[in-house]
Amino acid sequence: MDLSLMIESLPRLLEGAVLTLKLLLLTELIGFICALPLGILYANGSRAARTPIYAFVYFFRGTPLLVQIFIVYYGLAQFDFVRQSVLWPWLRQPFVCALLACALHSTAYTTNILRGAIQAVPAGEVEAARACGMSAFQVQRFIVLPIAFRLMLPAYSNQAIGMLKGTSLASTITLMELTGVANTIVASTFQPYEVFIMAALIYLTITLVITRCFKYLEYALSKHQRPLKSSAAIPGQVRHAD
Amino acid sequence: MSRPEAKTVLTADGIHKSYGDFPVLKGVSLAARERDVICMIGASGSGKSTFLRCINLLETPEAGSIHFEGEQLNLGRRGNGAAALDARQINRIRSRMGMVFQSFNLWSHLTVLDNVMIAPIKVLGVPKAEAKERAEILLAKVGLFDKRFHYPAHISGGQQQRCAIARALAMEPKLLLFDEPTSALDPELVGEVLGVMRQLAEEGRTMIVVTHEMAFAREVSNEVLFLHEGKIEERDTPENIFGNPTSERCRRFLQRVL
Repeated sequence: MDLSLMIESLPRLLEGAVLTLKLLLLTELIGFICALPLGILYANGSRAARTPIYAFVYFFRGTPLLVQIFIVYYGLAQFDFVRQSVLWPWLRQPFVCALLACALHSTAYTTNILRGAIQAVPAGEVEAARACGMSAFQVQRFIVLPIAFRLMLPAYSNQAIGMLKGTSLASTITLMELTGVANTIVASTFQPYEVFIMAALIYLTITLVITRCFKYLEYALSKHQRPLKSSAAIPGQVRHAD
Repeated sequence: MSRPEAKTVLTADGIHKSYGDFPVLKGVSLAARERDVICMIGASGSGKSTFLRCINLLETPEAGSIHFEGEQLNLGRRGNGAAALDARQINRIRSRMGMVFQSFNLWSHLTVLDNVMIAPIKVLGVPKAEAKERAEILLAKVGLFDKRFHYPAHISGGQQQRCAIARALAMEPKLLLFDEPTSALDPELVGEVLGVMRQLAEEGRTMIVVTHEMAFAREVSNEVLFLHEGKIEERDTPENIFGNPTSERCRRFLQRVL
């Protein structure tokens, strides 16, 4: 094993990791913002409101992310009206295309996770909120969403980790994120073992940070579920089944 | 029953409700005047709870009318199930009727204090400081001041139900609805909840109580309704119902439960 190559490749790989993180964070941010209204409608809306959301979720959960990235990157350019639109300067960039595809993908999954969490909020608590005169909006805002947000965290952290690995597919449309950089280094050194091991270690580190963040969030939001005595415990001591 | 001059708070007339083909309520009527404590008794499935839930429209009656404080509730179109209800009116009416549930239904993510404060702040627009002061007074009244920073999961069932009563009182309701408030409690916790309810009755609050606690119905209420298969079989003063029931079914029911 060529240790010096591993160390030498590290700065470039980390540069790629920065782009990976940028893509991931923007994806999850956009995904969450879009999923919030969609998830609420999906859980509570009329059939007419649910059907298009169902179709959207079904499509983006049912097709590979790679295909979605290709459709956005290669597919959109095929249409004249897209090439002539004011958005073209953005839509021709691989980063924007990857972000668009990933964000839609993430929105679909998060919508479904949020719907499940909203439906898992105890019916009695919702009823109590209605019984004291809260409007439909107030019931969602003050009762359902705070409870649902806590309930969705374990599934949502899975989604975020899945998305981290999904961003590697952006390398197929020339984006130089972590996997793309690793591929390039391998192409010039012919030493895939060392370079990809390094890339894998960086992915693992990012995953570790993500899981820690979610564990902390779960801990902070579950004061009402912990036995009283452990309220002095620190996050690291809490065991989670994940 | 002896105060014809008292103002009528609620009248429900000929309430019908069915689930699918099964009729649960076949024309139940009731009038509650100020300071009335009306207990509804009857076997499981007789429609007591459904009737209570029809009053604040947690269930939509299929026929009948409801007047609350002189205002008629718009029950929407009838018959085809797609009732077009007036959401604003429902929310306004609900904010003046407190409801206490069998399973407490406290909001698990909020402390005892926040459970009592949130609805006055958000629904009635009470300033936060004032809502907090009122909530603390109410919690002291139901004996939970010390537990105000606890979460519902950290207090006993009896304490949770007393908190739920404080939550209902915080809206300063004109009418309190109790849906089997002690049925989910361990026997030794029933007394503390009934004690609070007894105190409310003594203060002159208007209450409709669905209950299996016959001693409470006998001692606290001024009218008792006995429901059987979606109809009021007998309605009278507690003295007459418990002392000398006229209906055979009511007599047998009381023999079973007393």
